[in-house]
Amino acid sequence: MVSENAKRRTPRERDLSRLAGVVALLVGILLAAGLCAARPSSDHPVPNIFQPQSTPADSIDHLSRFVLSITGLIFLVVFTLLVYAVAKFRSKATDDTREPAQVYGSTQIELAWTIIPILIVVVLFAATARVIHGIQDAPKPPTAVEVTAIGHQFWWEFRYPGLGVVTANELHIPVSDPAHPTPTFLKLLSADTDHSFWIPQLAGKTDLIPNRVNEMWMDPHSTGIYIGQCAQYCGTQHAKMLLRVSVDSPADFQTWASSQKQPANQDEKEIAGRHVFENTACVNCHAVGGIGATGRFGPDLTHLMSRQTIASGAADNTHENLRLWIQNPDAIKPGSLMPAMQLGDADLDALVRYLETLR
Amino acid sequence: MSSDAIAIRTADASSEPWLETLHGWVTTVDHKRLGILYIVYALLFLVIGGIEATIIRIQLIFPHMSFVSPQVFNRLFTMHGTTMIFFVAMPILFGFANYFVPLMIGARDMAFPRLNAFSFWLTAFGGLLLYFSLVGGSGLYGAGSAPDVGWWAYAPLTSRAFSPGHSSDYWTISLLVSGFGSIGTAINLIATILSLRCPGMTLGRMPLFAWMNMVMSGMVLIALTPLSAAQIMLMVDRYLGGHFFDTQAGGSAAIWMHFFWIFGHPEVYILIIPCFAFVSEIVPVFSRKPIFGYPVMVGATVCIGFVSMSVWAHHMFTIGMNSYANSFFTITTMAVGVPTGIKIFNWLGTMWGGKLIFKTPMLFCVGFLFQFLIAGLTGIMLGAAPFDWQLGNSYFVVAHFHYVIVGGILFALFGAFYYWFPKITGRMMSESLGKLHFWLFLIGFHLTFDSMHIPGILGMPRRIYTYEPGRGWELWNLLCTIGTFVQGIAILIFVANLVISYFKGAKAGNDPWDAWTLEWSVSSPPPSYNFAVIPAVASRRPLWDCKHPEDTDSRYE
Repeated sequence: MVSENAKRRTPRERDLSRLAGVVALLVGILLAAGLCAARPSSDHPVPNIFQPQSTPADSIDHLSRFVLSITGLIFLVVFTLLVYAVAKFRSKATDDTREPAQVYGSTQIELAWTIIPILIVVVLFAATARVIHGIQDAPKPPTAVEVTAIGHQFWWEFRYPGLGVVTANELHIPVSDPAHPTPTFLKLLSADTDHSFWIPQLAGKTDLIPNRVNEMWMDPHSTGIYIGQCAQYCGTQHAKMLLRVSVDSPADFQTWASSQKQPANQDEKEIAGRHVFENTACVNCHAVGGIGATGRFGPDLTHLMSRQTIASGAADNTHENLRLWIQNPDAIKPGSLMPAMQLGDADLDALVRYLETLR
Repeated sequence: MSSDAIAIRTADASSEPWLETLHGWVTTVDHKRLGILYIVYALLFLVIGGIEATIIRIQLIFPHMSFVSPQVFNRLFTMHGTTMIFFVAMPILFGFANYFVPLMIGARDMAFPRLNAFSFWLTAFGGLLLYFSLVGGSGLYGAGSAPDVGWWAYAPLTSRAFSPGHSSDYWTISLLVSGFGSIGTAINLIATILSLRCPGMTLGRMPLFAWMNMVMSGMVLIALTPLSAAQIMLMVDRYLGGHFFDTQAGGSAAIWMHFFWIFGHPEVYILIIPCFAFVSEIVPVFSRKPIFGYPVMVGATVCIGFVSMSVWAHHMFTIGMNSYANSFFTITTMAVGVPTGIKIFNWLGTMWGGKLIFKTPMLFCVGFLFQFLIAGLTGIMLGAAPFDWQLGNSYFVVAHFHYVIVGGILFALFGAFYYWFPKITGRMMSESLGKLHFWLFLIGFHLTFDSMHIPGILGMPRRIYTYEPGRGWELWNLLCTIGTFVQGIAILIFVANLVISYFKGAKAGNDPWDAWTLEWSVSSPPPSYNFAVIPAVASRRPLWDCKHPEDTDSRYE
């Protein structure tokens, strides 16, 4: 060992400076993360789990911070021991060639570092079980809004059995005032493969699994648009199965619900486009209330223009996007189950103009 | 067979005709040659899986990139996951176990040499079958394809309604075939360790390497069988009209999840326990001290083996289990952290008061300790069911398990390469290239996988081929991709080091590290019969006893 010990001083310093560089990099990343997370926003474009806006997300947030601080503490202790051991017990050039004291173990120390972790686990478990129970076993108040969410490849169907409303991709729910709570209880189903409903700021995710009924709830504390997306791989276009939740004031929600209950606009002005819709494969998959189009395979289009996006959030609901989506869905969402409709320009324009009357 | 296996081969293989050499390698039943075959095979797949990862990261470098199509992206992450778990990590660990278990316990070969060869070729065939799907996947249409259902292949995505053609069949059969290979090797390792130990080597004196590989083998037997059963059921569903997982006919998607994860979680420990074995051999030698708390290390390993069998549904916290089931899997998951923590403390205890020598193998082990600590702690976070409702299936999970697999398993494996390469080839690996490899890989690793935690916290789910701008995910994805290239360069340096050192490395001699286990008592590379005379041992460190007759271990144990 002597020959190797002789040249150890300089590499040691070099290694330490490299280590310092790596640590500085890590600290920089963490700081930047903190800044990024702390950035305030009004319409919630960043679905940050540490900015909860609803009771389930809030209690998860509290638990997360508790677990983070315990694990952070464990990290600091063990990391300090590791760094100390690496720095202190490094063999030095001045050392003699004798081997260090051969220590085989210590029952007391082993007992200590068995019992302390067990105690930590007990504490963490107790805190966690309380939150699991609090979220999963929460009673449903009679004032709750009930929504059935059905996952499809690659879009969301929302049905409000109590209100008689059917819509897609953009969920509207009322804000819940703690004094008069109106939480939303979701019944989760799937029409095909597994999906997962995840709006990080409102609640943790719950899967939508075929042949199975799952439930979750949320009670948003403030109005606005909340962003999320499908969180269980469901096929080719899993990535663009986006999700928007519009949390409305009670009055806005009532207005929205009563307008959604109306049948589709029967204005005769765009009758040509309506004929295109009725006489092509559109009606096989899409429903439009009041005109006999009852397809269930794709989103309900009765109030298409009340939505901000099309293709499950993949594009803004604009004239150009709507036209492109009908003409060539793969340009927006390759692999989606919407077929390219192969319409001539005149028919296509008429159809888009008709769809734009569906307010 | 016997005369062929015992025949002493000439050291200079290049003098043989190449066909003879090839024939020798294909028909070999020598555990060392099979070990090398496993390792080389896994390294080839490591490069393939790494290229897949790089393409994935290029696609995700900016939002709305179109480097690959969504269909190709889905195939890439499926193949990356399947390749890395089944055709890199498992074979490479089996390779080291194959090579060193007999040498460490003073045996001349594995208990069943021909089963050993059979198992290797099954695994090899499984990997080839998986990649044959690239040309044969879509069957009727003739267009090339590959499995695209994710490496868990959740039902009902694998049913014929959603996965027509044959790509899922290649996935299923390939895992079934390689699974039988793994079971064969596990039986072989257990039989070898239980019945071929040299005189004096009681279970209590066996190197931790052998102990941990025995626990791993037991877990393979328990965990791989449900996976194989599930693959057979899936084939029955797809071709014989079964409805196990066919939800459209009343089957259960959740049952597949249970079958998969009762394999899938123990699998993580099947991969990490052999790495504990590497660290438990390397850290003592480079600390110049025996392992701290040997009996506790054995007990903790066995304990992990048992407890890890009862944690699988923590992968399923979001499927709507009731609050009691979620609580149960929370406490078992956290409980498995206790024996794991004990191991980390014991390695620290081994280093404490030693004379640490920071050769490349030790550097990688210290990297392992640091990263495995973090991976374990993020694992505790994910084990708290409500925290998992937020983090599960997000990039935080991807970061967590890459911390285990790359930061833990791969770092320990690199340590093992630098430590045992001299024994396998007779030549030392270059220290300067090794240190460069270590630091570059460390920086690349942290750049990629530290950054990867953040988009998960900001709501980015895994397995998406692209993402929307303006959600705070851009910077982190950019850093991830940059880190990938740094890691790629480090891997190239490692490969260069392997090749250069194989031809030009300094001669190693029998015992370059002044180590204590039996493999260092024979020549490098060891003769095909391993030991001319079967050794007899009196302690856990037989070579220590030889080198220090005045202060033998056998007096204290």
